[in-house]
Amino acid sequence: MAAAVGEVDNTIDIPGQRAALILGGHDFGSLTAAACAPWEAPRPPRAWYVAFTISVALLAVLGAMIFYLVFNGVGVWGLNNPAGWGFDITNFVFWVGIGHAGTLISAILFLFRQKWRTSINRFAEAMTIFAVICAGLFPGIHVGRIWLAYWLAPLPNQMGMWPNFRSPLLWDVFAVGTYATVSLMFWYVGMIPDLATFRDRAKTKWKQVIYGLLALGWTGSSRNWHRFERAYLILAALATPLVLSVHSVVSFDFAVSVLPGWHTSIFPPYFVAGAIFGGFAMVLTLAIPARALFGLKDIITPRHLENCCKILLLTGCMIGYAYLIEKFMAWYSGNSYEGFIFRARALGPYAWAYWTMIGCNVLAPQLFWFKWARTNLVAMFLVVMAVNVGMWFERFVIIVSSLSQDFLPSSWDIYHPSLVEILTLAGSFGLFLALFLLFCRFLPMIAMAEVKTVMPHADLHAHPHAHVAPHRAFDYNPDEFDAGRGGAAARRSPRGPS
Amino acid sequence: MKHGTKPRPPAGPELHGLLAEFDSPGALLTAAERVRDAGYTKWDTHSPFPVHGIDEAMGIRRTRLPWLVFVFGVLGCVTGLALQWWTNASDSREFSFLPAHLQGYAFEIGGKPLFSLPANIPVIFELTVLLAALATVIGMFAMNNLPRHHAPLLAQERFKRATTDRFFVFITAADPKFNATRTHHLLSGLGGSAVESVAASSEPAHLPRSLIYATTIVICLLLLPPLFVAKARFTKSAEPRIQLIRDMGNQERYKTQQVHALFVDNRAMRPQVPGTVARGDLRDDAHYYEGKVSGDWATTYPPQLEISESFVRRGQQRFNIYCAACHGLGGAGDGIVSQRALARDTPGWTVPTSLVNQTVIERPLGHIFNTITNGIRTMPPYGDQIPEQDRWAIIAYVRALERSQNAHLEDVPVELRPELR
Repeated sequence: MAAAVGEVDNTIDIPGQRAALILGGHDFGSLTAAACAPWEAPRPPRAWYVAFTISVALLAVLGAMIFYLVFNGVGVWGLNNPAGWGFDITNFVFWVGIGHAGTLISAILFLFRQKWRTSINRFAEAMTIFAVICAGLFPGIHVGRIWLAYWLAPLPNQMGMWPNFRSPLLWDVFAVGTYATVSLMFWYVGMIPDLATFRDRAKTKWKQVIYGLLALGWTGSSRNWHRFERAYLILAALATPLVLSVHSVVSFDFAVSVLPGWHTSIFPPYFVAGAIFGGFAMVLTLAIPARALFGLKDIITPRHLENCCKILLLTGCMIGYAYLIEKFMAWYSGNSYEGFIFRARALGPYAWAYWTMIGCNVLAPQLFWFKWARTNLVAMFLVVMAVNVGMWFERFVIIVSSLSQDFLPSSWDIYHPSLVEILTLAGSFGLFLALFLLFCRFLPMIAMAEVKTVMPHADLHAHPHAHVAPHRAFDYNPDEFDAGRGGAAARRSPRGPS
Repeated sequence: MKHGTKPRPPAGPELHGLLAEFDSPGALLTAAERVRDAGYTKWDTHSPFPVHGIDEAMGIRRTRLPWLVFVFGVLGCVTGLALQWWTNASDSREFSFLPAHLQGYAFEIGGKPLFSLPANIPVIFELTVLLAALATVIGMFAMNNLPRHHAPLLAQERFKRATTDRFFVFITAADPKFNATRTHHLLSGLGGSAVESVAASSEPAHLPRSLIYATTIVICLLLLPPLFVAKARFTKSAEPRIQLIRDMGNQERYKTQQVHALFVDNRAMRPQVPGTVARGDLRDDAHYYEGKVSGDWATTYPPQLEISESFVRRGQQRFNIYCAACHGLGGAGDGIVSQRALARDTPGWTVPTSLVNQTVIERPLGHIFNTITNGIRTMPPYGDQIPEQDRWAIIAYVRALERSQNAHLEDVPVELRPELR
């Protein structure tokens, strides 16, 4: 992994001039070729095979652990009576949080017209899908009798029973289910034009058939593009409040209960910030090796990585603030149980996990105040790996420390994970990485159609010389839209889509 | 093709339209404006990305998709609200005509309100977003005629670059203003890099045979499980249900009279170990423990019990704890459990027996003792909850209730009779 030295530095801001988002002097054709290269190469790089082998081995471990769990019951986990949630729910919250960065990049940054998102949004969205798959796995298997998991859904059944809609655990079913569905649609819809590119560039009959089916017969028609862009905008507008709601609802699983350390109204914003924080760390974890491995350094530029680092710094400070306010409220409320649990977190049996969390989540990202850290790949990678670890420990600390030491000392019991739980967590990374590696090889990793709109060539009004960014892109500009709508052009033609 | 009056191209397959290629989005935009101004209506432009300003240049009207999304969003909102009210807060008695598995009911949890908006908002919100998003995608697909099995343009070798770096104008022959020569002339004059005619291919692109066969086989196989489920739903079987994974209630165990290879006598049942006394074997006083005297129901209290006021009061207290919930405080069979069941028309509810009617009055003491011990009809056994002495005390209290409920004036002491009205 080479440091940023030697790459073209587009992280410098020159007043009055927008920095280039795509380097290497690409035109539409060469950009498409560069983005399709990982797919068009006869075989993936050797590192891909190594990573894929490891991932599939871990995936096999996951399968074996789930098989073992289902045939033996949740007793194979290290859960005990006060700590009825351990790695299972920790992993669930961790993975569902990872997904949030993908939706943030694809939806929220889209609404804010952050054009740099176009280079990384496709694989961040893919990351979301795969993270949500991993997340959905854990509540599914932790119910014990997984063949009864359909009881979670309001399905008419022979028992004549309905789920309890006043329970946050049921809200979770709806929130995560909706999130998975909408993320999948968002990802797939955005991918259709690029799948059509694959179809048109495919050399073999089978590739033409498969990508032809996936591309749904997309021809790049402007009448189709018009509705496509509106649909994409609407999906972004729907996904934005959705993503905020999902981790809020996940936090309700804790905040609505009365356990000390859980029963607090700061949880929804604190969880959402943490989710974006952890998600961006995972985006960088995947982007830094992927851009090197697949030759995408012109498209995923140092500027993109630096922007991600800035978001990490911001959200890292937000959760550091949340940790502080939690402590303050524990003291200020005068509630002795609340006070106890926060003392116990920092000094009790899980203090090692707590200080790991503080070090990784609060202290490590502070490095990003310095520009050299935001542009040095090694420093960046070390920090984001720390954040990945820290965010997992955050959920572990919240869940396990509150459960194992609640109101009544006689019912306390310390929780120790079993080997099965540890291997299940490792296996979920196998599932995630295996899916991601398959995606890198077989699906368009770069949103080519979107990247083309932010290239200088797409700008009809700009001067021909390169590296002057366009002022319009694949986005929605209400002013221009209204001008066009009332204009003579629109009236002249009675035919059009509707 | 509907342009019967127009001159056709000389020979070859039927003409689908004319395609012009451009190198840049700017050229496409200029070309689109000129085609629009020439009055064409059935035409389109194709580009690898949405070209800014093309909507105005082509005169594309704004799509009505947002209205569809709005309608479905409202629908999702109403669905979320109705679903939660129906399943958690509705009154099943008002909808008793529905099958039981579709009825909602008042879902009482910890005394919380049945229907409170704050608790219902998350699900309402998620369903609103879900339905709106589904409407967005499905609506966009439907309006764009996607998925499209076949488009003649896709057969055009040149057109393959429409998804990479080339820009196209395509005018269909179905356009009222279409004229092979004049339209060709118009397109040639737009400054594009090429103009070519697109033939309406008669045979649609076909999928590979093997793919069609494989898909058919997979679909057929996928239909099998639902068919087995449907069969199981509508047929009866004497076999126990199949359990792939056993529930705890159905684990392996030995039953009486079964063979067990571990023991010399091959019996799963083990005989009593010599010199030991089994639980319950010391209870040889049939009168006290079973309410029986030489095989018949006892008609007297066991001699070891002293029937006193305190004994009857003990019986009253136990009766009010264990019996009154169903039989009522007065023993008339009108306890609160029964009242509630009757008020709700609970199907199959058996009304508890009145303990103060003639049948029970005439019943021997031992018979009542046996009923308390072992239960009867839908009444469960209470033998392991109420000790023997308390069971006899309850009987004594039931006898007192019977007397009091069927009392005559003669039963009241003479000195108290003036207080009665």
